[in-house]
Amino acid sequence: MKHFKGFVIKEFYHIFRDRRTLAILFIMPIIQMLLFGYVVTNEIKDAKIGILDHSQDVVTRKITDKLASSGYFIITKVLSNETEIEDCFRKGTVKEVVVFEPDFAIKLERDNKASIHLIADASDANTANLIVNYTSAIVNDYVTKENKTVTIPMQIGIESRMLYNEELKGVYMFVPGTMALILILISALLTSVSIVREKELGTMEILLASPLRPLQIIIGKVMPYAVLSFVNVITILLLSNFVFGLPIQGSILLLLLECMLFIILSLSLGIFISTSTNSQQTAMMISMMGLMLPAIMLSGFIYPLENMPLILQWICHINPSTYFIIIVKNIMLKGLGIMSVWKETLVLLGMIVFFITMSVRKFKIRLE
Amino acid sequence: MQTVVVDNLSKCYKQAVALKNITFGVDAGEIFGFIGPDGAGKTSLFRILVTLLLPTDGTATVLGYDVVKDYKKIRNKVGYMPGKFSLYQDLTVEENLNFFATIFSTSIEENYHLIKDIYSQIEPFKKRRAGALSGGMKQKLALSCALIHKPEMLFLDEPTTGVDAVSRKEFWEMLKSLKNSGITIIVSTPYMDEASLCDRVALIQNGNILKINKPDVITTTFEKKILAIRSSNMHKLLSDLNSFEACDSAFLFGQTIHYTAKQNNLMMPELQNYLTGLNHLQVEINPIEANIEDCFMSLMNQAS
Repeated sequence: MKHFKGFVIKEFYHIFRDRRTLAILFIMPIIQMLLFGYVVTNEIKDAKIGILDHSQDVVTRKITDKLASSGYFIITKVLSNETEIEDCFRKGTVKEVVVFEPDFAIKLERDNKASIHLIADASDANTANLIVNYTSAIVNDYVTKENKTVTIPMQIGIESRMLYNEELKGVYMFVPGTMALILILISALLTSVSIVREKELGTMEILLASPLRPLQIIIGKVMPYAVLSFVNVITILLLSNFVFGLPIQGSILLLLLECMLFIILSLSLGIFISTSTNSQQTAMMISMMGLMLPAIMLSGFIYPLENMPLILQWICHINPSTYFIIIVKNIMLKGLGIMSVWKETLVLLGMIVFFITMSVRKFKIRLE
Repeated sequence: MQTVVVDNLSKCYKQAVALKNITFGVDAGEIFGFIGPDGAGKTSLFRILVTLLLPTDGTATVLGYDVVKDYKKIRNKVGYMPGKFSLYQDLTVEENLNFFATIFSTSIEENYHLIKDIYSQIEPFKKRRAGALSGGMKQKLALSCALIHKPEMLFLDEPTTGVDAVSRKEFWEMLKSLKNSGITIIVSTPYMDEASLCDRVALIQNGNILKINKPDVITTTFEKKILAIRSSNMHKLLSDLNSFEACDSAFLFGQTIHYTAKQNNLMMPELQNYLTGLNHLQVEINPIEANIEDCFMSLMNQAS
């Protein structure tokens, strides 16, 4: 036990004396959270729009105010005629122009019908779509609220409710994914590189020639990374709670246990990689290409599984991150218990057993 | 008692043969040296003996334990210092030593007496990172780390390579004092002048052991007569000597060229005439006693 402790202390020295490792460990998770939370987002916030009001009456002004006060839009341009529209889009000053037809209020009063023309900059198709949807929702909302007394014939009201994420907040989506990504990065990439580094520098030769057993060497090497990964899990959960306002619906204990499980799996993947190569470069490439990239692209983190070609779906199904993301979503967002995630948990457990067995078989007690 | 017994040991890699049926034994408490050029098979042999490689053929025992079957026992009892500096460069001198002490379940305090002579020289720098040490200090630290668990045997693979002359001398003095405390030491070196510092040496080349004996026995039993020759133009002298018909070998050794003749027939007057005829000035020719390097050069020449 004493030599195990010495080993872990030594490993911590390595980590805390290498600036790059430290940066990956402590700064990267925070940057990634903030990046995904603020920058890479599909919510609309402060989108710039222009108004072309041919009517200039009470109703159009009210609608304009509603748009401006919604928080989604900033009115940066008030246009006076149609020719300016094209110009605005070309300069990129607005994403959308809202055009009210002449005599808007009168027509609405008289015919129960008036039209608003929404023109959006669809060079960014997704954003354009979202902006148009948001705008129409605000207008419809106004119309129904203002004209409660008026019964419009054949009016079909569609009311939808977005479960678990009522406001369609992006943060709900990216927290589980970011967690998978960071744990893969730290647990698998950093451990595989640190084990292979010992081989490259020749220190593994001395460790092997010492009475340390292979298992002690490996556990000694991965233990600090397990601890630090767990610290990162906590950091992410705190950030998502206090900065992005995402509550944890389910059991925190269960969530932390599942995270621990995924950390152990990532570590065993890291160990497995380190037994298959002798160069730090290769270990890094395998971890990046084989683990990190799938954790982002092929896990349901960014792209939904159902939309992928069949062959990519198969890859998703052998990608541990896929299962972890499902587990985290179920516990964290839906507040479900172990009964809803036992299948995924079993898959992760199975993978751990598989990779540890493979690593133990491949680990060499000698140099060749 | 023999601490190392090697019998018909061979080691083949995919493309190369590192060791060819070598057999030797090392007595308890001696400094046994392996002398040979790079690629001779020294490192492969050391790695087999410290259980890091499996032999392709043959057997070897260290301290009575088989290097294949009883590898765990051997790992507890021997100290190994690889050829490449293999300590943690980002750890300080003290942290390195502490680490190696703990993985062998001991502590610096417990075995301080073993390393005192060596470690006291680098102790003033104990807070310095190992990567920032000079070559000589690195080797002293590596030796301290290999000794900290009180091994019964030491395997030192080229401990003096890349170390300055003064540190090399100090290093060998340390080995002497370790030997006096009863530790058997097996050391390899590419420097032939270090051979005379060993109790017994084995000359190894291309995976074969050419000769094993005490250094002074090797020199006194050397049959060839040797001339030390010098002139004002050493470079020309070397090529002229090599083209002399009776020449067997001519090597530059420091300030002079050591020369041996075919059939041991030196023909000194003819040689003198030959050289003056080629306009060499200040020619000096002196018969000398063979040193260990002469013997090895000659043995290696014969072998290749």
